[in-house]
Amino acid sequence: MKHIDSHLHVRGESQYVDDVPPPAEMLHAAVYGSPCAHGIIENLDLEKARAVDGVMAIFRAEDLPGTNCFGPIFQDEELLASSEVNFIGQPVAIIVAKTPEIARKAREEIEAEISPLPVVVDPRVAFKNGDFVDQPRTNSMGDVEETWKDCDFVVEGRCDMAGQEHVYLETHRARAIPREDRCLQIFASTQSPAALQSAASVLLGLPIHKIEVDVKRLGGGFGGKEDQATHWGCMAGMCALLLQKPVELVLNRLEDIQMTGKRHPYSCDFKMGLTKEGKILAYDVSHYQNSGAFADLSTPVLERTIVHSTNAYYIPNVRVFAAPCRTNLPSNTAFRGFGGPQGMFVIESAINKAAEVIGMPAEEIQAKNLISEGQYLFYGQPIKNCTIGRTWKQTCEDFDLEGVRQRVKSFNEENFAAKKGFALMPICFGISFTKYFLNQGNSLVHVYLDGSVGVTTGGIEMGQGISTNMATIAARTFGIREDRIKVESTNTTRVANMSPSAASATTDLNGNATICAVEQILDGMKEVALVELGVEDKSKVQIVDEVVFYDGSESVLTWEELVLKTYMKRRRLSAHGYYSTPGVYFNPQKGRGNPFAYHVFGTSLIEVTVDCLRGIYTIDQAKIVHDIGRSINKTVDIGQVEGALAQGLGWMTLEDLQFGEDGRCLSHALSTYKAPDVYFMPDDMEVRFLEDSTNKFGPLGTKAVGEPPFMYGIAVFFALRNAMKAFSPKTQFEFNSPLTPERVLMELHKDIPLIPAPAGKGVLVDS
Amino acid sequence: MVYKTKFILNEQLVETDCAPGMLALDYLRRQEWKTGTKEGCKEGDCGACTVLVGSLQEDESVRYEPVTSCLLPLGELEGKHLVTIEGLNMTELSPVQKAIVEEGGTQCGFCTPGIVVSMNGLLMDKSKTVDLEGIKYALSGHLCRCTGYRSLKSTATLLSERLGEHLTADDRLSSLVAAGALPNYFVEIPGMLREIAPEPITSENGNGLKKADFLIAGGTDLYVQAGEKIPDAKVQVLNLLPGMKGINRVNGHYQIGALTTFEEFGNSPEMQEVIPDLGHFIHLIASWQVRNRATLSGNIINASPIGDMTALLLALESELILQEAGKERIVALKDFYKGYKQMDRKKSEILTAIRFPAPAPGTKINFEKVSKRTCLDIASVNSGMLLLVEDGVVGKIQFTLGGVAPIPLLLCETGGFLSGQPITLENARRAIEITQEEIAPIDDVRGKADYKRLLAKQLFIAHLTKLCPEKLKVREFYDL
Repeated sequence: MKHIDSHLHVRGESQYVDDVPPPAEMLHAAVYGSPCAHGIIENLDLEKARAVDGVMAIFRAEDLPGTNCFGPIFQDEELLASSEVNFIGQPVAIIVAKTPEIARKAREEIEAEISPLPVVVDPRVAFKNGDFVDQPRTNSMGDVEETWKDCDFVVEGRCDMAGQEHVYLETHRARAIPREDRCLQIFASTQSPAALQSAASVLLGLPIHKIEVDVKRLGGGFGGKEDQATHWGCMAGMCALLLQKPVELVLNRLEDIQMTGKRHPYSCDFKMGLTKEGKILAYDVSHYQNSGAFADLSTPVLERTIVHSTNAYYIPNVRVFAAPCRTNLPSNTAFRGFGGPQGMFVIESAINKAAEVIGMPAEEIQAKNLISEGQYLFYGQPIKNCTIGRTWKQTCEDFDLEGVRQRVKSFNEENFAAKKGFALMPICFGISFTKYFLNQGNSLVHVYLDGSVGVTTGGIEMGQGISTNMATIAARTFGIREDRIKVESTNTTRVANMSPSAASATTDLNGNATICAVEQILDGMKEVALVELGVEDKSKVQIVDEVVFYDGSESVLTWEELVLKTYMKRRRLSAHGYYSTPGVYFNPQKGRGNPFAYHVFGTSLIEVTVDCLRGIYTIDQAKIVHDIGRSINKTVDIGQVEGALAQGLGWMTLEDLQFGEDGRCLSHALSTYKAPDVYFMPDDMEVRFLEDSTNKFGPLGTKAVGEPPFMYGIAVFFALRNAMKAFSPKTQFEFNSPLTPERVLMELHKDIPLIPAPAGKGVLVDS
Repeated sequence: MVYKTKFILNEQLVETDCAPGMLALDYLRRQEWKTGTKEGCKEGDCGACTVLVGSLQEDESVRYEPVTSCLLPLGELEGKHLVTIEGLNMTELSPVQKAIVEEGGTQCGFCTPGIVVSMNGLLMDKSKTVDLEGIKYALSGHLCRCTGYRSLKSTATLLSERLGEHLTADDRLSSLVAAGALPNYFVEIPGMLREIAPEPITSENGNGLKKADFLIAGGTDLYVQAGEKIPDAKVQVLNLLPGMKGINRVNGHYQIGALTTFEEFGNSPEMQEVIPDLGHFIHLIASWQVRNRATLSGNIINASPIGDMTALLLALESELILQEAGKERIVALKDFYKGYKQMDRKKSEILTAIRFPAPAPGTKINFEKVSKRTCLDIASVNSGMLLLVEDGVVGKIQFTLGGVAPIPLLLCETGGFLSGQPITLENARRAIEITQEEIAPIDDVRGKADYKRLLAKQLFIAHLTKLCPEKLKVREFYDL
């Protein structure tokens, strides 16, 4: 089966929020964001804006009917800033007008008077100031301080990682329609309908059941719509409720980049102790997370950074310090990997530093320290069904690591300005929400009298293929054709209290719930079949390819007939399935527990060529062996791996999110923020799934796939660095990402002085 | 006066009184409710809004080009055929659509309609091949955040296998219709377009050349800068003016019509002869969709210090032919810029053509560009060099740099120093020092000033070692 929506996608017929014909009298909203990164609003002059022809209303914080206070973990955020503003673009007022153009034109007329307060954009500065969104934490195992003296080598260093813009192709949007009895229906592009629904309930002062959120699909999410879609849905809802008219709010790209949070930038210090054979004995790391202005999801993101700080390695002595530092940037938020990539990048940096100092290839240190079955990760969870060693070995063999090594070596000997480099990246990524209560899923399955089936789950289709997976799971569990299944929109009136579609766990949670719902229906159907066939053992009834089998033999009873007979016998044809992941728990204070149902493993190999004269580079090949368990749908799963890899490569190289000292986003458009394009990605790219793997926690034996492959991209950083070392072996290169062509060229030439510039000749240059 | 635009939208003739400066994207989504065309960035950077524009050619055939509708003024569609994804749909999936479905080349689906349109554009373009390189060419202006592109690239094999001889047929469009790759109505379009062929507009009968707030030669940068103002303003779409296209050799000069697009320039056999590596240089500039609309004059008049074409044309010793009320004036491009976005041009003057002397035999030309992303990105620094070495010394040199000063810069001092000198390491090093005194870059989102200074040096080395590989090697510049 191909992606269930693909035939609509290629015809341009898939409907996103604002593609659905609008209801009569629909109005359009635009958001006025703070022009200042930190300050107190002294005055906001709305008179001129209100006078613009076609403007229907302008709302501020005081217009909210409920409590102006929300947030997913801590309720520390206002929907509209009432007095203090904490980042540039923070919503302060909403303009509602007859067209979006009028609303934006009116916005230009708003004048704000804001008394500035100090602006902090650097997490280390916030740390010094003691300004956190939550308390810093230290988690450890063993005793690092006692171990340094036993090490042959101890290396230290620092990493700085920039953030990353999600660049979902569909920007944030929502359409709210007032319904009778002060009810609201909100169509939104959100990964978390329940979060939007509960936030709207608080902000608008309505019980949750009066707010219906419906999501058909997203034009990409990647975490950016996990929590931060809530704001826009609530704003559309607020306007619709107050004006009693349908209101649509669509952010344009510039607004979207300026007003919403991104992947967290981190600044980190590391210290690693090893034996001369390359065995890691101790690892100490401090993560200074740039959380942005409000808590948002920063603390769970940081939690995942902590637990993934040792990546796929067994290290007996570990100490991880982590501080979520408050700055005057948009609140940073979920993004594929959810803090894991940052944690892993630091330990890979430490290993590469150690490799330089010991004089041993990094991949040798990596291989020697890979975790194996039964060994404990430092947060107290033993590794089970460990396949990291297998994926590593298969990557090296299938993709001829030795050949790559030789080829790179001789290329570098033959060429002066062009240098090649390669690197491997093993990954070990835990599956489950670390907020363990979120590990539950619901599914509502209806069988209609013609034998067609409708499935609604709490999972959001954002391109990742959840609908395709749900259809396959339902069809295979029933024993019927996939085209009988329709996967419905995700709707809070059909599934309540759903967890966000996040943490790679959407197929696991909702797929298992779907199996549970299907089995309830099947149970009754099988009893009906027993009567029809005049047999007795329910366990011997099976539906295969739409025909009822008994004890392995085909009967005359078809799916369609059985459905009708089940109805006539007054047995259920609808069921609600519920699933919660067994055995997961985590104590965040102690940093210990069994947070994950299982881990996903895999290894990537990436080779690059750097043009050391110009500082530009190409990715020559990307090869991956990935443990998917038993793939439900190879097309969907390969697509997840390749897409995640592309984002990981982008994060490490050209995606250059820049903020000024004043907190202004400098790369706030797709003309200045570059994501991987068709030429950037290597033509030589291959993903292989590990054979003979399964997973008892995943529906039909699959393993979660959304996030883990993102981190394969980390290899590109070290491949580039290795190529740079081939050009200039004595240079001490930094561990700062992204490794843009600018960084590459400047680093390559940092020991070669440039003719000094004459003073005072700077002039304006832009596009 | 109500200005009407008449064109064919998919299979229907439409006449609209929407403002000529209105974006085709907004028109399609809001007036026609053709929602298959998506808005992703409104800057021509993502391709989600790609449509095809068909124009009647002299030989009565219709040539289709993919363009981003987010930078396309409605007025420019006068007498044209506008094709959206809806206009490519048939009862069954087309070969392009089928190939994308089968290869798993769509996930969230938001970028997909635009990609389908460009890939159809590729099939319809006789000058392109349907293979891996062709597909990449077609996708050069598209962002897909979900797939990583491998599955999209894989469609090349399926398409070339399935369409086979239809891709080499002389009458490509009819052949594609016969193959079920295009709807039947495409064969009717040439006739329909002949009937609505617009009257040529002159500065006299046009909608007020002098009074226009915006003159649009392509608009691919203008809309990025002033997109929200243009729909309500008075605009003159210059593409409706005749006689400003084409490349001719006149009296030892190449004369290029001001409205020649980047793509036309890059595909011109004359230009490829003058600049043998032109194909590679063009690859570094914008995307297929943007090159189909961006014009040489637009690049020059936009006056960006990092205009790619400007850096190249400056190295070619270009001159500009400016016209006002029938009177012509010629200005050297090197003297045209007076400061940041300041030009030696009156508001009512129109740039009608660009000309440059045919380079003397033995002249070598190179273009360098470094940007964050190799394709569809704005340069951190770009650079052109024209070099003629005669009798062992530099007979002529034109070295240009963009992004290092308020204007596209011709490095006169550097060139002056090298003229008459042999190409030696010592002279090159001295030239690098002189260059550093001539430039004045600043920090911005495309790079720190130090980086741009370093690039100025590196690109100079790149030019010399590429143009005179027998005289200089990159390693000689390093003490590693």
